[in-house]
This record gives sequence, C-alpha cells and structure tokens, in this order.
Amino acid sequence: MSVAQPTLDTLAPSTRQRWRENLQLVLASRVATIGLALVLFWIIVGLVSLFWTPYPPNSSLFAQNQLPNSTNWLGTDHLGRDILSRLMAGTQVILLKTRLPNRDWVIPGGVAFWGVLGALVFGSFLGLNAGYRGGWWDQVIMQALDALVAFPAIVLYLVIITAFQRGDLVVIFAIALTGTPGIARLVRSLTLDIKTRDFIRAAETRGESAFYIMFREILPNARGPLLVDAMLRVGYAIFAIGTLGFLGLGLPPPDPDWGSMVNDARRYIFVFPWGVIPPSLAIASLVVGLNLFADGLREELARYQK
Amino acid sequence: MQAPIADPIQVNRASISGPGPVLKVDNLAVAYKVRGGEIEAVHEASFEIYRGESHGIVGESGCGKSTVAWAIVNFLGPNGYVKRGSITFLGQELVGKSEEELRQLRGDQIAMVFQDPMQALNPSLRIGDQMAEVLTVHRGISREEAEARCLHMLERVYMPDPANVLRRYPHQLSGGQQQRVVIAMALLNNPALLIMDEPTTALDVTVEAAVLDLIAELQRDFDTAIMFITHNLGVVARVCDKVGVMYAGEMVERGTVEEIFSRPRHPYTQGLLRCVPRLGMNKAESILYPIRGRVPPPNARPFGCVFAPRCDYARERCLQEKPRLRPVSAGVGESVSEVRCHFAEEIDPDQWRPPLDLELPIAATPPAVSSNTGEPLLRIEGLRKYYRVQGNALRDVLGLGAKRYVKAVEDVSLSVPKGITLGIVGESGCGKTTLVKTIIGLEEPSAGKMHFLGFDITNGINKRDVRLIQEMQMVFQNPDATMNPTYTVGQQIARPMLRFKTVPKHRVREEVIRLLKAMRLDASYYDRLPRQLSGGEKQRVGIARALASRPDLILCDEPVSALDVSVQAAILNLLLEVQRQFGTTLIFIAHDLSVVRFFSDYVAVMYLGQMMEIGPAEAIYAPPYHPYTEALLSAVPIPDPKAQQKRIRLEGTVPSALNPPGGCRFHTRCPRRHLLPDGGRVCETETPPWRDAGHGHRIFCHLPLEVLRTLDPVLTTPSHEA
Repeated sequence: MSVAQPTLDTLAPSTRQRWRENLQLVLASRVATIGLALVLFWIIVGLVSLFWTPYPPNSSLFAQNQLPNSTNWLGTDHLGRDILSRLMAGTQVILLKTRLPNRDWVIPGGVAFWGVLGALVFGSFLGLNAGYRGGWWDQVIMQALDALVAFPAIVLYLVIITAFQRGDLVVIFAIALTGTPGIARLVRSLTLDIKTRDFIRAAETRGESAFYIMFREILPNARGPLLVDAMLRVGYAIFAIGTLGFLGLGLPPPDPDWGSMVNDARRYIFVFPWGVIPPSLAIASLVVGLNLFADGLREELARYQK
Repeated sequence: MQAPIADPIQVNRASISGPGPVLKVDNLAVAYKVRGGEIEAVHEASFEIYRGESHGIVGESGCGKSTVAWAIVNFLGPNGYVKRGSITFLGQELVGKSEEELRQLRGDQIAMVFQDPMQALNPSLRIGDQMAEVLTVHRGISREEAEARCLHMLERVYMPDPANVLRRYPHQLSGGQQQRVVIAMALLNNPALLIMDEPTTALDVTVEAAVLDLIAELQRDFDTAIMFITHNLGVVARVCDKVGVMYAGEMVERGTVEEIFSRPRHPYTQGLLRCVPRLGMNKAESILYPIRGRVPPPNARPFGCVFAPRCDYARERCLQEKPRLRPVSAGVGESVSEVRCHFAEEIDPDQWRPPLDLELPIAATPPAVSSNTGEPLLRIEGLRKYYRVQGNALRDVLGLGAKRYVKAVEDVSLSVPKGITLGIVGESGCGKTTLVKTIIGLEEPSAGKMHFLGFDITNGINKRDVRLIQEMQMVFQNPDATMNPTYTVGQQIARPMLRFKTVPKHRVREEVIRLLKAMRLDASYYDRLPRQLSGGEKQRVGIARALASRPDLILCDEPVSALDVSVQAAILNLLLEVQRQFGTTLIFIAHDLSVVRFFSDYVAVMYLGQMMEIGPAEAIYAPPYHPYTEALLSAVPIPDPKAQQKRIRLEGTVPSALNPPGGCRFHTRCPRRHLLPDGGRVCETETPPWRDAGHGHRIFCHLPLEVLRTLDPVLTTPSHEA
C-alpha cells in the first residue's frame, strides 16, 4: 500500500533526452529494430525517388518483360518500363504525397498516412465520448460502429469508390472510415480505464468541461497504445491499397502503385512470372516492417511494467 | 481448551528442529537483474527465529522486507537471485539448492500468508476444495478426513458457520473472513515456520484487531515460529516478541519488542518512533517529527552507513565506513540487542531536540469554539445519498421488481465553522468518501440540504457557480494517480490558476513557484514530470494544486494513507502549516484514529452511513464515548508494548448497506446494548436521539449520558499521564 520511491532525476528531461530514451527503447528490442529498419528503408527510398530514379517511371524505354539485367536491375514490365524506378516511385503515393483532385496540387504525406490519421481523429473523438460520457452516448456510438464493422472492409471500399470515383481523397476517406471503429474501441477501453484515476476527479472538481477532460487530460495518456495501433493500421492500409490496386480500383494512373503493378503483371504471369515478384515483395516487406516495429515496441513497453 | 487433532507430523517436527533456531538468515543479499545491470534490493539481513517465537520485520516501503521473505520461499521471480549469505531452515541450507531439492526440504514446513487474501485463494474453487487440497496433496490422506480437519481448523480460527463457509467461494466472504481462511490453510499442515507479509494491512481496524488476536492465540497453541512483516509499529508491539528494523536493504537494529520500543538504539528507529502518531498523547504533546531527507533508491545508496545522510548524529566515520550489525549491551536481563551503528552507545534519544531545519508547524492555538459566530462555512442538514442498484432477476430488468438502494449516507448533519479542521473517521464502507464526494459535487445528494458560504450547493458540480467551485477543492488519496503523467508539475499547479483566473497570466509562474516553496519544494520542481517525483512529493504537489485557487475549504480524502510513516508526518505537518498560513478550513478523512487525533479540532465518527459521534477532539478520545468509538479506540494497535488498552472486540461483520439494520445501524454489533433495559430492544426499532455532552460534543445513542460517562477510558498508559 505504501508508495515506493522511484529513481530521481533533478532536471526535467529535455526533448533530445526524451528522443534518445525512446530510441533506446526501440533498439532494446531486436524485433522493433528490424521493423524500424525496414520502414526507414522504404521511406528513404521514397524520399530519394522524389528527386531521382534510375529511369523515368512512366516512360516505356525498354523492351517488354525483361528479367533483371545490367541496365534494369529489376527488369521491365509489360509496357517496357523499368520496374525498379516504378517500385521506388510507388512508395510516394502511399507514404509521401497525396494528389488533390481537379488540380495538380500535391500535399505531403501519403494516402496511407492521411487515411490512418483520419481514422485516428474520428475514432478518438467517438471513443472518448463513448467512454467518458457512458450511458446512452456509449450505447449509440458503439452500436453504430458495430454496424459499420459488420460490413467487410473490401465491400465498403468498393461501395465508396464506385460512389465517389477513383481518387486519392476517396481512398483516404475509405481508409479512415474502415479504421474508425477499431480505433474507437481501443480509445474507449483506454478511456474507461483512465477515467477512474484521481487526476480526472481532480479535473472534475475544478469544474472543467467534458471536452477539456477528454482531450487534454485523457487523450494524452492514451498515446502509447494508440501509436502502436496506428502503426499497425498503416500496414493494413497499405495492404488495402494494394488490394484495391489489384482489383483495379486503386489510385488512379499515371503514378505507379504497387497494387496495380501486381494486377498488371498478373496477366502475364505464365509468360513472365518475375513481374509480380518485386511489387509483392515490396508490399510484404513494408507491412511486415510496420508490424514488427509495432510488436516490438509493445513488447518493450510492457516488459518492465508490473 | 481446544486440543489439536493428534498429528504425527508434530511429533516429527519436534525431533527435527532440536534446540536450534527454526530459521536462521545470515548476511543475506538479494539482487534483481534489470535492464542494464542489477539492483541490490537487500544488502545485508541477518536474524534468527526460534520455535514459538514471533519475529517482526519492520520497515518502510522499499526497505527489502518482502524480498527477504520471498528469498526464503524461493519466490523471487525469474530475475531475482540470492547474491550472498545463507538461509538455514531447520538446520538445512536453502541457498544454492535446486528447485526440486528445495521443494522437498521445505515441503509443507513453511507456509506464507500474503497481504491480499485473494492472492492465496483461487476465486474459482470452493473454500472446502482449496483447503482440502493442502492436506490431500501434502499428506495423501483421504478426502473425508481432510474435510474434517478443515472444519476443525475453521473453528479454531473462529469462523462463524464453518460448515457453510466450506461450500462457499472466496468472493462470498468478507476480507477479514478470507484472511482467516488463508491463515487456517497456512496452519493446516502445522508448519514449522509461518511467514506473514502484512496480513492485516488491507483490513479495517476492528477486523485487524480480531485477526491479530487470532494470530497471537494460534501461535501459542501451535508453537509455530512466525516471521511477521509489517510497516505498522503498533501491530509489532501487539503481536511480536522480537523485532528487526530494516532500512534501505539492511537490518539496522534487532532486539526484543520491549527493548526496541523503550530504548531504541539506532537513530532510524528513534526517528520512526518519533513520527508515529500515538493514541495516548494529548494534542499539545503529539507533534510528529518527520525524518528529514528521503530513502535512497536502491541503485544510489550511500557509501558508508546507509542512514548517514538523514541522521542527526552523523560524523566523518559514518560517511566512510559501513557499520556492522553488532550486539550492544542491553542492561535489562539477558536480552541483547544488535545495532548497525558506530556510535550507538553514545546516542541518548531523550536528549534529542528537533534540528532547526526540520519542518514543524508552530504550535497552533486552536480557535476558541465560541468565537466562531455567524454563518458556519459549511452546513449540512439531513444529507442522504442512496445509490440505485439494479437487480439481476428478470423482474428487475423489466423494471417491475422492488427498487433497491445502497444507502451509503444516511441523515448526516453537521456544521463546520471557519478555520477549523474536521476529521471524519470510519472504517471502509462507512460512507465517509461518499459524504465528501457529495459535498464537493462529484455525486448528487438524494435528499437533504447543503449550504456553503451561505449559498445552496445541494446539486452536482456541473450546476454550481464557478466562483463557488473555486472555493472548495480536494486532495486525493493515491499520490500516483493524483497527477496527470503527461504534464509537468508547473503546468498542473498553474491550471487552476488559469482556469479560475485568480492570477494574471504573466504572474502565473511566479505564483506557482511561491506555492512550491510553501510546500517545501524548490523551484526546480516546476519542470519535472510526475514520474520523477516520490510519493510524498507528489502528494505535496497535489496539495499545492488544491491551494492554487486559494479555496476557503479543502477536503482531504485520506491524503496520507498511502505514504510511508516518516513521510506521513511531514505531510501532516505541512497541512497544519498550510492551514495556519492560508487560513483554510480542512475536512480530513482518515481510517486511523491516531492520525486524526493530533491533527483535528473536531472529529466525527461514522459507521455504515450514519454519524455516530461528533465533537471536539479531546472529547472524543475520553469518555463519554459512543460504543462504536470505544470499540475503534480499543482496536487501534498502539506502538507501545507497555500501553494498556481495553480489549473490546466487535462480533460479526459490518452489515450490507443494501439492507442496513433498522433504528441504530450499529445495534447488531454493539457491545453495550446490554446496559439498556430489555437488552436494547429499542435500538432495533427507534432511531437514537442525539445526546448533547456540551461544547459541541454529540453522541448518537440510546444510552443516556450518565451511563456513558461511567465507562472506563480505553487507554491507560503508565508512562504518559495526560
């Protein structure tokens, strides 16, 4: 029952120190380190591709369906485009940039990123309200989200994309919508736990508004698990984009998209089996990397907690 | 006299143990491997326990006392290990043996009782099954015979209706009953050594008293060696024969209970005894002297004597050289104490004077009762708080069943004048926390009226004016949970100031630092995160946060229960000083009568939602008492083995608040009912009247005042004459 004394530092941890602590946490887990390395690898490849790729990704410069050789390190696709360049450029739309409709404008951050961010925002809002206010709020919100979950994700994507036509923002909306229930549930359960603590009572005795308590007191304490979940969802989103691309509903041309690369190469699979391999491996490695990172981080965070 | 069932093991045990100690721990060191190294939880512990002896291990949190127990039963977990030293049980060495060898050596000879009885009880098995398992597995006797022995043992631990209890599940028993079951299970195999790790800490005072009586009696009957781990010096004084005091992983003093309490040798023990609240002292005498400094964390222990940084007598040699645990002559019969101090013979605790930098409240002159004219700060009339309980039957789900309520607070009326401290005391379930939550508005009252500063506050906090909210703030019990882990100390103290706009924005930082200084924390705490603070510091920040808006009334919900004894003293002194400096009125909840004693001007005693007695502090602790107050006072363990305390034990358990007894709610357990004509029939049917004993002292009882005045005082200490 008595409170034990923790290790004492006399100075507040500076921002640099906090980053270093977090990095040490990650590096302590082999699994998380490998995951981080994979993810960083693709981000760096993507950043590099913004400025340079071996060849222009959308130009048919070479012979079709070539196996890897000295000029095309990963070979060429059915239209004679260099696969390596297309692979590198494929990271952009997913991770790095989003094209706005009707203009040539681009906003930073890929579709997967914005989609998961949207899911985080909606999901947190709904989950906090359901968890904190309880009662009818809880019932209504959670039942509505349960109804949403009842639809298979792909069906929802299909419906949304056929309704709104292909486009980056539509995919973002679709990812956000399918991700909201899961995040809302997570945030709700975290809220139910955090709500019982004394500092929330203290805020209530100050007469703080419900919004203040939800967003300024409860939400910052839910950061850890939420971050881990969000990272996993980026993986799912990439996978979903790949699937959509495969179904022909993915991000519109001309920017290369791993999913549609797989779809295109699929048609030549008996003649040129190599074509599907690079984009498939790319999707797999990025998703696996995110998963490993999230898993390792969760393991480390829980390891020395009582 | 209950004769134990003839037990072949007892005969065996006598031949094994011989004259030597049952348990001998010699220079034990235990370490835990952590990320990046190891932490030495126990540095050097040595003691021995003989048959029939009860040896207490006392210390504050983090001193390593539980680790010693776990090392004995090989319970250290995957990253703990015995680094040095030896543990000898019945002549056999335990350290260095394999798991299987240890199992055979210990067998059924060591039993352990934990603080939380649910740790020992499987929630999905009936009590009878669990208890019988102890016997059938270790002894291989038949199930029927095992059950017969279990029944007999339950009778030995005074379990009401034992046959029925055997068929129940653990969650159907109260905490005290669960602990009795655990003790019964521990004794079933007649172990040579019984280790009890804070067995009564989680229990109410009256239940604790009964369980301690039980332990003392069983120890006499079974002749077991008991190792009793606790942080409560009062419990040690009551139950133990010998005691060892641990500090920061080392045993610093060892001796008989009489020696340690009357003539403590080690400065830490002396400091502990000075900061423990005692029941017998009158208010002027009972200043608590905290020990300055703080316990060093296990990875930063000082080089020489581990207590030297906090010791008032430290010298050069103490900082350089680590003292050894050595015998020191007692002069009383043959008892020999051992002390870990270089200068133990030269230190005389009677000559001690508090050092100048020790934070002490200036002796507060209590406000004269009559000078408080005018409107009381807080007035509560007939407050009731009932919680609706949803039944599980179909009728209830459909709304057709009778409505059931948990009657948490029943008809409480009090009036709090400005500037005083009111202590509310009661055991768990008495409604004190609900009362305070209703006052502050976290709960809405079901009936009754409340007035604060002349305004009507009979509603929830959402409906109150923000200026009223500002004037009433609260300090919470659990220091770990009282602060938001993601914001710094400065941000959290500043928040009330910003919200209530008590201070212009550019002056906020300055004001926060001023408050921190008033809490005896320096300005560097402004940017620290809660995880960098100790428990006592977090509680200080909690108090600073409550003070930030300069409220007229502060409600404190057991603010020191979760803190170590030496830190408790500092926080209580701080609250007293806060009251003096800021003129705040305090309402203080506690379950410990001795804490409330020196601290409060008025004390209210609650039981099962009703207020039983209220009055000035001196009046409560002397007759006339309410019978419940009398029972509480006689149950509190006093840290003085020579104190003579009346022994009044309450029968039965606290009734459920769903179905409280009619009339006076205490009538089912009241030991003084027989003093009324007709055996106290009127207590069951009629609500008692308030008996006025003068000076604001009121007692809620059918017994007339003359009868109550004739009762003896609970406490007579030959050493402290009031």
